[in-house]
Amino acid sequence: MLDFWFFLEVLVGGLLSGTMYALVALGFVLIYKASSVFNFAQGAMVFFAVLSFVGFMELGLPFWAALPVTVGLMILVGMGTERFVLRPLVNQSEDTLLMATIGLAFVIEGVAQLAWGVDVRRLDLGIRDEPINWVMDKTGMLVSQLDVTAAAVAGIMVAALALLFSHTKVGRGLRAVADDHAAALSIGIPLKHIWMLVWATAGVVALVAGMLWGARSGVQFALVWVALKALPVLIIGGFTSVPGVILAGLIVGAVEKLGEVFIGPFFGGGIEGWAPYMLAVLFLLIRPEGLFGEKIIRRV
Amino acid sequence: MFYREAGQFRTSYAQDSQIFPLRQDRVGIIIMLIAAVMLPFVANSYWLSAILIPWLVLSLVALGQNILMGYAGQLSLGSAGFMAVGAFACYNLILRIDGIPFVVAVALSGVCAALVGIVFGLPSLRIRGLYLAVATLASQFFIVWALDKFGWFKNYDPAGVITAQPIVMFGHNFATPREKYWVVLAIVAVLALLAKNMARGSIGRGWMAVRDMDVAAEVMGFSLLRTKLQAFAISSFYCGVGGALFAFAYLQTVEPSAFGIDLSFRILFMVIIGGLGTIMGSFLGAGFILLMPIFLNIFFHTVFGKSVDATITSALEQVIFGVMIIMFLIFEPLGLARLWQLTKERLRLWPFKH
Repeated sequence: MLDFWFFLEVLVGGLLSGTMYALVALGFVLIYKASSVFNFAQGAMVFFAVLSFVGFMELGLPFWAALPVTVGLMILVGMGTERFVLRPLVNQSEDTLLMATIGLAFVIEGVAQLAWGVDVRRLDLGIRDEPINWVMDKTGMLVSQLDVTAAAVAGIMVAALALLFSHTKVGRGLRAVADDHAAALSIGIPLKHIWMLVWATAGVVALVAGMLWGARSGVQFALVWVALKALPVLIIGGFTSVPGVILAGLIVGAVEKLGEVFIGPFFGGGIEGWAPYMLAVLFLLIRPEGLFGEKIIRRV
Repeated sequence: MFYREAGQFRTSYAQDSQIFPLRQDRVGIIIMLIAAVMLPFVANSYWLSAILIPWLVLSLVALGQNILMGYAGQLSLGSAGFMAVGAFACYNLILRIDGIPFVVAVALSGVCAALVGIVFGLPSLRIRGLYLAVATLASQFFIVWALDKFGWFKNYDPAGVITAQPIVMFGHNFATPREKYWVVLAIVAVLALLAKNMARGSIGRGWMAVRDMDVAAEVMGFSLLRTKLQAFAISSFYCGVGGALFAFAYLQTVEPSAFGIDLSFRILFMVIIGGLGTIMGSFLGAGFILLMPIFLNIFFHTVFGKSVDATITSALEQVIFGVMIIMFLIFEPLGLARLWQLTKERLRLWPFKH
């Protein structure tokens, strides 16, 4: 008989780490919604953002000063990307833009390492990656403090973004651009500014995601691969849906952990690396547009 | 300067559908082939085993990627996975079948890769573009994981590494770099010619129709199922053969992680920089991506001296790569092959432009 509490512990751990994936995937969705660019460089941005943050702290800036400086830096990165990569490639196919962002990822990774070196840094947010005591006392489950914090932060971010999208002028502009670039331009929405804003927002989301991941596993180059983990989340959730991504993040997190613990041993473990992808592929075969994605209608 | 087609008339259908209609092109190709065959007498073994062999092998893989991406328009990020299938299939075939000639083993390992390619190509029937790219990533991770996890593929080597057996054909052991180069050259030349012919024949037209608009192609009578899976199979065959040669003629000792996603990206870049949908582009792109780090290294050493840190040069290299990818996409999306074509057209008129 399976131990119920153990199952629940694994499930909760999976769901919580799923919110971390969702946080990374959120950056993808933001950019895809506004500019239909699949931003492969999101992982590199996560890495760059948190590495810069730690770097500024090492230079002697206190936490609350380093944060705005890094945010400013990410906004600059977003503006630069808009100016030098997206604007010359406007009206190109999605595939071309994807390849351009792969190039961008290389640039950002390289610059990050040139600027800050390749050492693994430690990031201390004051939240420890340790089980919460009272949960352990009550139920015997190990639920990490950091996971809970990450989930809370992810929730706040999503709520804030949802408000931004639905209740502000900028948000309306964003949605208009997402619907139709040309139509949005024709009624006077400044496309360039919207794009810059979106990339800057994605940069900030990347920073938050990077800080949470960095606090867990150290600030190192491997953070780039976290973004690859976010891809199945995107596929399942649909590229254009914020709630879809959150739900998909939870699903992927849960499946990954449950699969690793309960199915993995049959294959000798290590299925975490590809199980989410397989799930995504199976999912695609049934629902190619994702959970909440827009249905794709193609005409000849 | 240069040559033009004046005075060469095509008077029959056979002449019209020749692979190289210009006499100068034919002569040029023959001279190039002879030069390629003779090269080992001039080049030393460092050049052969560190530059020429990997260049040819990677060109073959890039060709495979180009068939899938440039001709059939299916964005794939998993080519290194198919290379891994080829490499490990070749190892196991030679290990388990006594006296199998190397060429047969290589061909069969290509077939293995093609079968795997068909399986992972199945999602392409339902999904396109970005979604497909992610689906191919699944194949990349899954293949490397499976090869890593199941000891049978590696003959239960405790270190998880395979050592390529000697290349034996017709009772002869092709051991020196020079002999290996000839083996690789022969295989690559045959397969490149085959690819050229497929690309300009009905198969290639089917791919291009699907690439340009799959719904329209289907309406015109191309079976999407057949065309797409064919592209996946042939592309994976090329990648598989390339992988086998990569392991046997170049690396010698191989672990599954050598075929990671980094290699997939490098192959993708070869195709982008070389030129999507051209055979020559695959060769140019592979040469460019392979030689570029070597040149950069020499450059850094002459400029900064020996003191410069390896991590800095590799980071700089990454930045330069990324910038070049973006520049090519912006300024010359059709890559080096297109640049070469433009140069040729300019030279046709030179020096009398008007």
